[in-house]
Amino acid sequence: MLALAMGLNLWRAVRGPALPDRILALDTLYINALAMLVLLGIHLGTDVYFEVALVIAVLGFVGTVALSRYVLRRDIIE
Amino acid sequence: MSLLADYLIAGLLLVGGGFALIGSFGLAKLSDFYKRVHGPTKATTLGVGSILIASSLHLSLRGPTLSLHELLIMLFLFISAPVSAHLLVKAALHLDPRTKPPLPPAE
Repeated sequence: MLALAMGLNLWRAVRGPALPDRILALDTLYINALAMLVLLGIHLGTDVYFEVALVIAVLGFVGTVALSRYVLRRDIIE
Repeated sequence: MSLLADYLIAGLLLVGGGFALIGSFGLAKLSDFYKRVHGPTKATTLGVGSILIASSLHLSLRGPTLSLHELLIMLFLFISAPVSAHLLVKAALHLDPRTKPPLPPAE
């Protein structure tokens, strides 16, 4: 199910008619990748993958905010 | 007890995967950007939230100690998802030609 969800995200990211669609698709894609990593962590029964998931969450949020600010102001750092 | 916990974890995982799939299906299927932003921001965070609860339960019951890292990820995602959706809609409104004021009439 998660793999199908990631496939749909990629389809929207490639096809999306405008720039915000692509940013939204990438945002959803990193959230689904995070869920996939958590599933891998459950499957292997280890604790290591949560730090990875946390770092992906933080960096994905920062990336989405930076892309949105680039669209809004054409400048990330003012 | 262990069987009940297994059923609970499996149910949470299925619910999470279903919500993530529904959110991504809405992202791929809906027609307008403002409709499209509605699907994944709620459904995907709910899906990831229940998957994280399931993994927290799993590692707390199987492992030696209580495992609460997942609550950190959930808290961060639940804070950051509305903020990023708001910024995305602001960017889309900025690019949308329908929201521009009409040109003044030519002399």
